[in-house]
Amino acid sequence: MATETTQTRAPETDEAGQVDRPDYRDFARCVHCGLCLNHCPTYKLWGREADSPRGRIRQMFLVDRGEMPIDATFVTHIDRCLDCRACETACPSGVEYGKLVELARGRIEQEYQRPAATRLAREVFYRRLLPFPGRMAALGRLLRFYQRSGLERLAAELGLLKLLGLAARAELMPPIDSKFFSTSETQTFPVRGERRARVAFFAGCIARVTFTALSEATIRVLQANGCEVVVPGGQWCCGALEVHAGYRDVAREMARRNLDLFLREDFDAIITNAAGCGSTLKEYALLFGPGTPEHERAETFDSRVKDVTEFLDELGLVAPMRPLALRVTYQDSCHLLHGQKVREAPRRLIAAVPGVELAEMAFSDQCCGSAGVYNVTQTETSMELLRKKMDCARATDARVIVTANPGCLLQLRAGAKMAATRQDVMHVVELLDRAMGDPG
Amino acid sequence: MAHRRINPDAIAELERIVGRDQVLASGEELRMYEYDGSVETGRPDCVVFPSDKGQVAGIARWSNRHGVPMVGRGAGTGLSGGALAREGGVQVVFSRMNRILSVDYENQRAVVEPGVVNMDLSRAVAHAGLHYAPDPSSQKACTIGGNVSENAGGPHTLRYGVTTNHILALEVVLPDGEMVRIGGDAVDPTGCDLVGLFVGSEGTLGLVVEITAKLTRLPESIKTMLAVFNTPDDATETVAAFTARGVTPAACEMMDGWTIRVVESWIHAGLPADAGALLLLEVDGTREEAEEQAARVIDICNANHAREVRTAKDERERETLWKARKNAFGAAGRVAPDCYVQDGVIPRTRLPEALRRIAEIGRRHGFEVGNIFHAGDGNLHPMLCFDGRQPGETERAIATADEIITLCIEMGGSITGEHGVGMEKDRLMPLLFSEADLELMKRVRNAINPLGLLNPGKIFPVGKGCGEIHTPAAVGGDKRTA
Repeated sequence: MATETTQTRAPETDEAGQVDRPDYRDFARCVHCGLCLNHCPTYKLWGREADSPRGRIRQMFLVDRGEMPIDATFVTHIDRCLDCRACETACPSGVEYGKLVELARGRIEQEYQRPAATRLAREVFYRRLLPFPGRMAALGRLLRFYQRSGLERLAAELGLLKLLGLAARAELMPPIDSKFFSTSETQTFPVRGERRARVAFFAGCIARVTFTALSEATIRVLQANGCEVVVPGGQWCCGALEVHAGYRDVAREMARRNLDLFLREDFDAIITNAAGCGSTLKEYALLFGPGTPEHERAETFDSRVKDVTEFLDELGLVAPMRPLALRVTYQDSCHLLHGQKVREAPRRLIAAVPGVELAEMAFSDQCCGSAGVYNVTQTETSMELLRKKMDCARATDARVIVTANPGCLLQLRAGAKMAATRQDVMHVVELLDRAMGDPG
Repeated sequence: MAHRRINPDAIAELERIVGRDQVLASGEELRMYEYDGSVETGRPDCVVFPSDKGQVAGIARWSNRHGVPMVGRGAGTGLSGGALAREGGVQVVFSRMNRILSVDYENQRAVVEPGVVNMDLSRAVAHAGLHYAPDPSSQKACTIGGNVSENAGGPHTLRYGVTTNHILALEVVLPDGEMVRIGGDAVDPTGCDLVGLFVGSEGTLGLVVEITAKLTRLPESIKTMLAVFNTPDDATETVAAFTARGVTPAACEMMDGWTIRVVESWIHAGLPADAGALLLLEVDGTREEAEEQAARVIDICNANHAREVRTAKDERERETLWKARKNAFGAAGRVAPDCYVQDGVIPRTRLPEALRRIAEIGRRHGFEVGNIFHAGDGNLHPMLCFDGRQPGETERAIATADEIITLCIEMGGSITGEHGVGMEKDRLMPLLFSEADLELMKRVRNAINPLGLLNPGKIFPVGKGCGEIHTPAAVGGDKRTA
């Protein structure tokens, strides 16, 4: 129906000839019906069209057409988006909002001058830190020293952080693990019982220094359910945070490395326990223009990536579980529900644990405010969303809040602490691991 | 349309009324309010976000002092441009006035601010077995204030009535800033039925700042059925047969084959892609009533050559069927860059003929017309999918739509069932009403809105002479300025 006309510009490409501009049709899918509005966390907070999905699409479209400048106003509205993609679930027209906003951020990164300090911080974080496992480990050690040496306690007692306006951010700082999860060498974890699949485990970047226990629990649960688990050595960060921030060139570089590494063998699946990573891993093909050699490989890769909950649900649990008398509630991780459209799998796994009672939380499909680094870059908004979230969580009377993404875990743990709800927060696989018994 | 610029002193005055950060006056921010769910555009000169009715009254007084038009807006989901600032002026956005002020469960009524989202009210009272009955397809986003202005309908209108049947009282800021309370607790208001006058006046008589709405008990039992037909004629004959046999379902929605395929490609609910038409039927009441009615409905479907009648097994299935229906207009966005949803009414007994003639009109103009509509009350929603970037295609779509609406009038129907006249159909009003009819409406409007400051350019034809085509624009779609 939509035929090309002379008005349509040739898509612009980046240094490597990759398409980094949306097509007219990507925008045209939006019929501006407005059904997304009441699903957007920022629209619900402020009631402003410019901070709604429909309004942001409108702005991106006008920018794309050269009718609106990439100025501070535009950047503010795009920065304020959580990229939670709840609007995609609500959208009947199939607008790929995540893709649009990520492309817009790419353009902002290329064409907009942020204030010097912000620019420096972003460059260091996205270009010099995240991509390098060694540097992440070094930072991890530094933070661990801060947390364990008494410095952190001292800072808290002196009210230093409050003074600097960093109190909320400090709550969000993850406890650094004593032992980091190593991915320098390839490790293979043998199957327990009958072998049903051979899978690769994607370990993540930040998770390696602060979610070692979660990674280990994930591997144990996979092993116990008939999986031989390979952790390919030398794997890189998935690039999700970079894609969300607009550093598409960095993300592409990481994607290339991961494609090389994970496609060396035809694994039955490439498993991640981080919904945020999974969503980007499943969309590597979007980073490479159709027709490029990477595009095809990325499509193969994408089809193999599975969230751990999705994979276990499809495979079926076979490991024996002991009963846990627990009332739990489940908070959907946005990038699992809205990004990957996985809703039932985690719920079915939770319900499979004997004795566990799943109490649904009102608005469980709405973002907790974690959203990658959103809680650091837009702390105030993030905390407002978290407070609402904790009200809903508390109302369930659940003992444990279960979720499916490390970022959400950190945010909800901080929320439970700040709101004093006395609720534990754990990943779906941690719940399964507990039920499957003795971790030692 | 010459946009008057509002001078900085006047803007500063507005800022003193609502707060500095609650006024938008820059060009870029204003463009966020030049569209709604329709294909129309109209850019305001400034936008304000009042937080209470006192501020709204202040804005109205300001508007009078400066002679600046004002236009209310809820969520901007309207389909006739009712909330667009056609002649510029100040856009009064009610998104911050979204509190449910009180709920009287025993007497089944709620007092709400205009910015409350329709579905949010139903959700808030569901625990008490109640709901707010009018259910426009945009109910998860549209606001009750907007529903009141447009007298919104919805699939369950067939049994439960439109918005006006569910509004007991209103508090309204009149164009001069005076605040009045109209209606009352009684179903039949004492004195002149001003609520009836204000509901559906499309924001031309006052800015509604508080609404007392009736809440309806959720039925004990609901049965939702999907009847599949090989041809649209079989489906429309079935609807005519319901009327003939005195059966009134709570909802009776029809979807033609084209629409079924578009919707199914998104929802994957197992809608039969090869069907000629579907009827989505719902009956409710006590368990016995619902079962008895369902049996009669199924009988009538079968007697009219239904290929199959499915009954939703549980709430989940029911939700999926309704989701398919209520998102159909949006789903059309998958097919073409632009979509024009029409809204017309015909006597339901003439549905078969109407659909055939609409298809003919479409064919003549080179469009495939999708039909999804409230068959039970003859409220049609033909959808025209087109590509506004192609020269002349927008005009062709509008011409096609006009011809369809003219057909509705010819068949003894009307130019709008629920979307309103707004700025979309003002030019069609003379086809339906005589000069004297229109004159009376104008006299009523002028009595309450004498300076024409409230929502100017709506309902009544503004064009000088015929043949004027105003040029709509879309968010994602092309901006179509002539």
